[in-house]
Amino acid sequence: MKMHALVLGFLFGLLLFVGLNGLAQDNSGLPKGVGPISEVELAELDPALAEAGKASFEQYCTACHKIEERYIGPALLGVTERRSPEWIMNMIINPDVMIQEDDTAYELFAEFMTPMANQNMTEEQARSILEFFRSNDAE
Amino acid sequence: MKKRLGLLGFVLALIALVAITVQAQKTENRLANNAAEQVYVAPGEYDQFYGFFSGGFNGQISVVGLPSGRTLRTIPVFSQWTENGYGYSEETKPMLMTSQGFIPWDDSHHPELSQTDGALDGRWIFINGNNTPRIARIDLKTFETHDIIEIPNAGGNHSSPFTTMNTEYVVAGTRFSVPIPQKDMPIADYKSNFKGTLTFVKVDPEDGDLSIAFQILMPGFDYDLAHCGKGPSHGWCFFTAYNTEEAHTLLEVNASQNDKDFVAAINWKTAEKCVADGKAETIAANYADNHMDDATGIAINEMRDSVTLLDPANCDGLVYFLPTPKSPHGVDVDPTGEYIVPGGKLSATLAIHSFSNMLKAIDTQDFTGDSYGIPILNFDTIIAGQVEKACLGPLHNEFDTKGFVYTSCFLSSEIIKWSLKSFEVVDRVPTFYSIGHLMIPGGDTMKPYDKFVVALNKITKDRYLPTGPELVQSAQLYDISGDKMQMLSDFPTMGEPHYAQAIPAELVMENQLRIYPLEENQHPFATKKEADVKVEREGNDVHVYMTAIRSHFAPDNIEGVKLGDTVYFHVTNLEQDWDIPHGFATYGMNEANVLIMPGQTLTVKWTPQDVGVFPFYCTDFCSALHQEMQGYIRVSPADSDIELSWSLGN
Repeated sequence: MKMHALVLGFLFGLLLFVGLNGLAQDNSGLPKGVGPISEVELAELDPALAEAGKASFEQYCTACHKIEERYIGPALLGVTERRSPEWIMNMIINPDVMIQEDDTAYELFAEFMTPMANQNMTEEQARSILEFFRSNDAE
Repeated sequence: MKKRLGLLGFVLALIALVAITVQAQKTENRLANNAAEQVYVAPGEYDQFYGFFSGGFNGQISVVGLPSGRTLRTIPVFSQWTENGYGYSEETKPMLMTSQGFIPWDDSHHPELSQTDGALDGRWIFINGNNTPRIARIDLKTFETHDIIEIPNAGGNHSSPFTTMNTEYVVAGTRFSVPIPQKDMPIADYKSNFKGTLTFVKVDPEDGDLSIAFQILMPGFDYDLAHCGKGPSHGWCFFTAYNTEEAHTLLEVNASQNDKDFVAAINWKTAEKCVADGKAETIAANYADNHMDDATGIAINEMRDSVTLLDPANCDGLVYFLPTPKSPHGVDVDPTGEYIVPGGKLSATLAIHSFSNMLKAIDTQDFTGDSYGIPILNFDTIIAGQVEKACLGPLHNEFDTKGFVYTSCFLSSEIIKWSLKSFEVVDRVPTFYSIGHLMIPGGDTMKPYDKFVVALNKITKDRYLPTGPELVQSAQLYDISGDKMQMLSDFPTMGEPHYAQAIPAELVMENQLRIYPLEENQHPFATKKEADVKVEREGNDVHVYMTAIRSHFAPDNIEGVKLGDTVYFHVTNLEQDWDIPHGFATYGMNEANVLIMPGQTLTVKWTPQDVGVFPFYCTDFCSALHQEMQGYIRVSPADSDIELSWSLGN
């Protein structure tokens, strides 16, 4: 009986791992998070928008985030591969609700123990910061 | 059979009747006993009114929700406030500057909400400082003190800061007459030589900035309270004057000799004309004019050197005296603007003046004499009616929308309700104990919200759990929506609320500022991103440009400070989310902590007394890692050669 449970647990875990892994690779299937952003149309990288995003990022985000290393919050290199564009923008605009209602955001909160600050960003600012992340990840 | 049926019918009817009667009685009892329901505000629900209660000898304003009686906030005004560093931070110290230097305390008496067209508009609240005469303006977007103007040529700014119906002016009258200008002279020469002033403070209609328009030079009486006209009486303000005996000692006897004292009626439109016609003189004066600069968040102290003084002898039709029994305290104008209702505190009879009768008496020169050249109107002509045997010690009046007046009676500890038609008392309720002011939301405007009246009592005695010799002042809330006043609740208040005002919540709550936008912060020592933090030396002054965000200060390790230095911590809160302040304090600091709102920069000064390494930390629990929000500053001997350095992380 014990043996059975172990095997079953192992198989279930394996399935979950494979499943999650598969999901991560399929970018379009990534969760979009909770908030006002439901659909982001991504086009060619817009360098001017990315530059504006960099300025907002430096002003409002660098007290807690670095690009290449963990700081108060997670390192942000590769974030556009880990998360959907909608999720990223919802996390910037709507962090209070995200850490309560979105599973990934909640897990990150549990790991870092400091809530993502709501910096009162507009949708435009969040979109430009997303473009800045895209330009980092493209390099 | 028929008979039995009839009997049955009769019995059934009787039962029904009894049942209905019992039910009716139950309903009545429920109505009489629903006080708890009327003051209960369910968790997460809001109060119907913001109440603003003066702090009296604590110098502040308490914000109290009504009908719950819950204290929501203290607004620091005239006194330093350790809770958030008001009057301790470098940004707010200039607000408390006066001609007498830095004054960290005053006695705040009468909150007065701004009005448009005679109704509450929810923009600002004003309050007087009695001891070192001042008026403050609080912005109701932030609940912060934005202006404090000092009143020169005055002693005891008590009859203040009552407003005109469009907040053109708020007024200031001297309770204590003094030599004007001040000089060294024998107190015994008071009579005829001491003077009072009634000051009209202009309120800028756009930004609310306060400036002194003119002062009116008056005989040396005590000008106790005031209210300005509305509707037909707009353009006039009314001040009570006691001590018309001009006593300078043992006033409780010597200033209670005359059967009638005065209400001084001031025509401020005539004053404006006389000033414009050059009939006033400009005299030297020294007073502070302080205001908050919105862009930097730094208060500015400016000293003024002259004031416009108007002598009634040079301005016809400016002032008239209305004879009023006896040592009057309050004077209040009803919502129609016709009735001027004084509280003749040593008379049991209330005498009510009619504004239209007053104008007629002026027109026909129906005078019974003059006092220092100011005409005294004929009491019998101007009177609208008298309320006989009203109560003992009537002090103040507020009004409802139905033509009733509510008068507080200090000596008999009660509120009386009486009619402006019949001049008869229709109801009275006891208060606990010795009521001073009373308050109906909007009760001194043209548009009262006549749901409740609040009694502001001077004596507490047995109302609450005893707390040693000192007890807080008590207040009681009464329902006034029916014919009879009904007591609903009893709640403690902070300091000594002399007066209070209240305003429907919706006129204020929608305008609340939640954060200071970082990009609009123009404080010269602001640090808007962590990359810009630095520490600079200017001689013996060390400036720390510091940021705070959950949950660290940047920098959090500072070295190179030497004994003999003065350190200024300029802390910018980088948060942009509502209700996320950070606090800052360091070991041995000679000031209070500063509580920095999101997007704001505040500065606190620290002069280390010893060599060593001293901690600083966040004083406002901000996150799970709040206890980690700390840092160290190293203080080396005066002659050490350690360079300034700063860091965060490795």
